[in-house]
Amino acid sequence: MNDLWAGLVEAGRLLVTFDADLLEITFRSLRVTLTALALASLIAFPLAALLAVRRFRLRRTVIALLNALMGLPPVVVGLIVYILLSRSGPFGVLVLLFTPTAMIIAQVVIIVPLVASIAHQSLRDLWSEYHDLLISMNATPRQRIAAILWDSRRALLTAALAGFGRAIGEVGAIMIVGGNIDHATRVLTTAIALETGRGDFAMALGLGFVLIALAVVVNLSIHWLGRTEVEARW
Amino acid sequence: MVGLLPMRARGAVTRRRDKVLAGPVDLDLRAGGITVAIGPNGSGKTSLLRMLHGIARLGGGTIDWTCNLRQARAGQAFVFQRPVMLRRSVLANVAFPLRLSGMPRARARARAREWLGRVGLANAADRPATQLSGGEGQKLALARALAGNPEVLFLDEPSASLDGRATREIEAILTDARDAGTKLVMSTHDMGQARRLASEVWFLRGGLLHESAPADAFFAGPATAEARAFLNGDIVE
Repeated sequence: MNDLWAGLVEAGRLLVTFDADLLEITFRSLRVTLTALALASLIAFPLAALLAVRRFRLRRTVIALLNALMGLPPVVVGLIVYILLSRSGPFGVLVLLFTPTAMIIAQVVIIVPLVASIAHQSLRDLWSEYHDLLISMNATPRQRIAAILWDSRRALLTAALAGFGRAIGEVGAIMIVGGNIDHATRVLTTAIALETGRGDFAMALGLGFVLIALAVVVNLSIHWLGRTEVEARW
Repeated sequence: MVGLLPMRARGAVTRRRDKVLAGPVDLDLRAGGITVAIGPNGSGKTSLLRMLHGIARLGGGTIDWTCNLRQARAGQAFVFQRPVMLRRSVLANVAFPLRLSGMPRARARARAREWLGRVGLANAADRPATQLSGGEGQKLALARALAGNPEVLFLDEPSASLDGRATREIEAILTDARDAGTKLVMSTHDMGQARRLASEVWFLRGGLLHESAPADAFFAGPATAEARAFLNGDIVE
């Protein structure tokens, strides 16, 4: 109980004093996660729409695979990205290991299946509703995809929020490929792991509360921006 | 108008898996007037219209329009029994097919607004389409179909489950469209509506075109015993 209380006090102190280190790693967390989320959405949304609209031979296999990959262990993703980016790996010449870019790459790999799967669920339902109408209107495949993506934008927002939730709290992969280097690749989750290991529970808890607050604030503001639940159906 | 009609269907049939939904039918569709498909439930009215329009796959036979298929597809529209509302505003719903065909945004919206006025939905332009009542939804679907100025409009039970007033409004829109030169092909189970609107009747039974005749002659005395029985209100299989 004392540790929790001390953590709350520490979190309050960090916030009130605008602790420079805290601000730095908070912004880095946000930057890495939001960039990863934007890239993942750019990949996942069109992929999900394609899986909903097009009929091809491996479609069911790809969908099953995506669903399975939702549970991809981050540590393993981190390991694989590490090997690919390490100096002797195929992308070693890019010298990306232990940079925020490497962390972004790992997070994109982790959340694309999750975002694509959730998006696909709602896009599929909308497509079955729109199918006859869009065929009747001679919509081209591109127009069909654009129509269902636009009209399920709120469901896509939910998918993106799920991806954000997974990425912002992720520690295994970014620890491996980022290395938790102070002033370079340290983010909230890796800092928490470090402080816990050092036995500085108050600091770790303080960072933890900041992390939770961050996730809540981002979710709420996106909900308000998207006016989810305001209009009845979409 | 590119001139879609007359349309000739020969041995046209549509199936789902191995089950024949409608056909094989031989029929000619000529310009002008309203062709009404009637028949008992399950006689293939909906499937026939879907096949002619091209949203149900043609499983055999031919359907030939006077122009090429691409122009034919562009010159038709379809109104479903249960209208599909895009999750957008009423105005955006009507503008949507115009935008698909490449019309600039401003013109499409102006045209959509004009059509909403014609069907009596001008005040609902900015409401979400999914919140419309059944009758309003069907009027929106009509505006959306007619705004593209189709030469042929298919309608599947356009006033099923609507009240008298909504039915009357929809029939007024339909007769206006007919007078403007659009060929209407509709199915209905409402014999009163068939008598009010039809210039030609297709009587369907078991997926086949059992009898086809000008409306006056058909309602005066159908040639076949089954059609007579159907008009008398007997149960026809």
